[in-house]
Amino acid sequence: MNKPLRRIAIFCGILVLALLIRTNYIQYVRADELNANEHNRRVQIERYAHERGNIIVDGEPVTGSVETTDSDFRYKRVWKNGPMWAPVTGYSSQAFDSSQLESLEDGILTGNSDQLFFDRTLSMFTGEKKTGGNIVTTLNGAAQKAAFEGLGNKKGAVAALDPQTGAILALASTPSYDPSVFAGNSMKDSDARQKLLEDKDKPMLNRALRETYPPGSTFKVVTASAALENGLYTDIDAKTDSPLPWRLPQSTNLLQNEGNIPCKDASLRVALRYSCNTVFGKMSDDLGNKKMIEQAGKFGFNEEVFTPVRADASVYPEDNKPQNAMAGIGQASNRATPLQMAMVASAIANDGKLMQPYMVAQRQAPNLDVIYTHEKEQLSEPLSAENAQKVQQMMETVVKEGTGTNAQIDGVTVGGKTGTAQHGLNNSEKPYAWFISYAKTDSGSPVAVAVVVEDGNANRDDISGGGLAAPIAKNVMKAVLDGK
Amino acid sequence: MSVVTNTTTIGAIDAPSRRNTELVLVAFAVLISVFAYANVGLALHGELPAGMLGYGLGLALLGGVAHLAVRRFAPYADPLLLPLATLLNGLGLAFIWRLDQSERFQATDNFVAAASKQLMFSAVGVALLVGVLIALKDHRILQRYTYISMLVALVLLILPMFFPAVNGAKIWIKIPGVGTIQPGEFAKIIIAVFFAGYLMVKRDALALASRRFMGLYLPRGRDLGPILMVWAFSILILVFETDLGSSLLFFGMFVVMLYVATERTSWIVFGLLMSGAGAVGVATFEPHVQDRVTAWLDPFAGWGKLAASEQMAKSLMAFGSGGTLGTGLGQGNSDLIGFAANSDFILATVGEELGLAGMMGVLLIYGLIVERGVRTALAARDPFGKLLAIGLSGSFAIQVFVVAGGVMGLIPLTGMTMPFLAAGGSSVIANWALIGILVRISDTARRPAPAPAPSPDAEMTQVVRP
Repeated sequence: MNKPLRRIAIFCGILVLALLIRTNYIQYVRADELNANEHNRRVQIERYAHERGNIIVDGEPVTGSVETTDSDFRYKRVWKNGPMWAPVTGYSSQAFDSSQLESLEDGILTGNSDQLFFDRTLSMFTGEKKTGGNIVTTLNGAAQKAAFEGLGNKKGAVAALDPQTGAILALASTPSYDPSVFAGNSMKDSDARQKLLEDKDKPMLNRALRETYPPGSTFKVVTASAALENGLYTDIDAKTDSPLPWRLPQSTNLLQNEGNIPCKDASLRVALRYSCNTVFGKMSDDLGNKKMIEQAGKFGFNEEVFTPVRADASVYPEDNKPQNAMAGIGQASNRATPLQMAMVASAIANDGKLMQPYMVAQRQAPNLDVIYTHEKEQLSEPLSAENAQKVQQMMETVVKEGTGTNAQIDGVTVGGKTGTAQHGLNNSEKPYAWFISYAKTDSGSPVAVAVVVEDGNANRDDISGGGLAAPIAKNVMKAVLDGK
Repeated sequence: MSVVTNTTTIGAIDAPSRRNTELVLVAFAVLISVFAYANVGLALHGELPAGMLGYGLGLALLGGVAHLAVRRFAPYADPLLLPLATLLNGLGLAFIWRLDQSERFQATDNFVAAASKQLMFSAVGVALLVGVLIALKDHRILQRYTYISMLVALVLLILPMFFPAVNGAKIWIKIPGVGTIQPGEFAKIIIAVFFAGYLMVKRDALALASRRFMGLYLPRGRDLGPILMVWAFSILILVFETDLGSSLLFFGMFVVMLYVATERTSWIVFGLLMSGAGAVGVATFEPHVQDRVTAWLDPFAGWGKLAASEQMAKSLMAFGSGGTLGTGLGQGNSDLIGFAANSDFILATVGEELGLAGMMGVLLIYGLIVERGVRTALAARDPFGKLLAIGLSGSFAIQVFVVAGGVMGLIPLTGMTMPFLAAGGSSVIANWALIGILVRISDTARRPAPAPAPSPDAEMTQVVRP
């Protein structure tokens, strides 16, 4: 009987061998794949097992981590002044993933990034507790506060840039939300998020980056730039060829001006000061759709901007003649994000050079070693320095004695442009109030800002860029200047 | 031992008993388990666990008592079987205790700490082993109970039919005050006794008095009939109780023992064909089985839709996260598997927390137990002992393969317990009894042959000395 016994022994050996091979296969060959599986809860557990790094503004963290005990996720994200900073930080929720900086810089914040490999290896030997790295932002706390408080309970957004570097100084959006309310993993968090999602005011929408509005009259500075760059006009104080009333091309409609303002053959300076629709509408028509697209494109239109948080592409589309004329004054299908209009103002303030907007100044390892520093980068040159200065003069006139007097700051040169953009079918809804501006000192311009207020509550006649948006822009600029 | 005094050519083989080796190995097994406790406690709570001393002493006591019983009643037994079983039992206790500490489990409504119960069941198991060693002076006594054991096995298998199903399988019987037991675990041993007894008597008839049919030698119906009937009966019962693992186990054991008894390869072919037909047959009308096959083919496809798939996927992810060296005891998340994590799926915890290295170690320990069992069968001098030993160790091997292969996704999951490692009273008690019988057979097998009676011819034989 021993022969079959030996064979059975071999058979049992094969069974054990099969198990050994299988365990090698799943634990060695497939281990990485299994660990990366979307259903593997260990990924989340590990993700929340350590204190997350912080997002830093003015050297102080605006985020934090608290230890929780109600689930297997140990640390929960908290935000200081969450609603104010939400458009910058985004959220990071145990149950609902993350967004914006919290999501894009997740590798650094959790400490899992390959950039931290050396750091991690080191702490493996020193036995240090694992923590995440920090993200140092370019934001200016005072400017952000001025923007957020200026918007108050009105719906709207503010974007402010440093024209010389492209650093984002303020990024506010209202109504906002507190990411802390759904940072956890409980039913309460789920309900809070659901409530935010169902809110008709869309508090989780980042209006500064992700909402496009018709830019209204603020776009006239782009049209003026196009006219100067293309040689349509060279002297900003010379008369233009602008009849009044002016009929839209291929149409029987007359383009209207707001009120009775001196727009007939008005010079560029005067036309911008009074915000003449007829002058700029005709200018856009004279230049043609192609040149207008080209100029808008140089300012950053028609492309998404990565700050690194993605901003929606602003649009200056291909269009027929009457639509192009309307787009030239910021109406029709012309759409822009607040960031885009801030970029326009900053390019003009920076003598024609548009810098790449960014909000991450540095990435720090958990031990505060700097592992990345942003180098300023020129995105394009929409207009020559000479022409940029001409547009600056025009914008400064607007603030000195035009529609933008509310933005005046004592002892500082301020240039700006108001806008009141119609929206809704046949202008049926309340318009958006816009204001773009920059402040200038001896050493160039330290701040350019765009403000949009979409206030459904204000009395319709009270809505104007100069009235609603300009004071907010002024306070943001002041906050930056005071900090200098 | 005895000194060979006469001059016959057959002398007593003076085999060493190896009892001291066994003692050292048992002590080592207990020590490893105690370290495992300390490791879990330090990892989870940062301090040595309060129960460590209790569990350690308990395990040491069990190992010691078992060792003394072997030393006294089976002095020539294989020295590896007991330490290996002690090591698995001890590691199992540590793993079960570790899963008891899981906050996820403690938060559920029907959480019951299982480690202390497991220690108690282990004690009953060891008591049964000692009982077997004392009561069973010679394993051949079991031959007398061939047909009684058939009856007992069938009764044990039928009993759960009268009790409500637990988690989809009718394999438990509930005795008030005692708890639930799984008679199938005991039936495994008893049916091995029946097969061994019956095949020993009928093996010649089965092997030789056969007709050639389509290239296969088919035995006569009157020889094969009874055994086939018993086997078919138990399979049918198990199918109705939806205990597939045990069906597979009984079938495998049956084929192995038949093959060893008759030495005819055709049995293997015949067995494989039948099991294939049976598997396909069961799979076509059992939705329970279909689910498991689906879960086996692509565990992640059924995520969120099929509980079986999800459990399978979670098990695979537990193994994956262990990687080569494991997360370390107490530092994994194998409790995410949820239901049955400390019984059918306990191997996933081993895989996650001890890693590939630990898994290979544990599998090799099982391999060694099987190997010692087969060796016992080889060494046994009587056909009954050979058959019984190979039946028990073969079924042990198949059980390990079916459970481990199931939780690792090598074969469809069938739901049995990992011997010694998994929480479960019946399982640990029955397996200690199984080890007890193997120890008894190995003792008989290794016992030195008695000194031959002095030969009356001795004087007349001339011995030539150089």
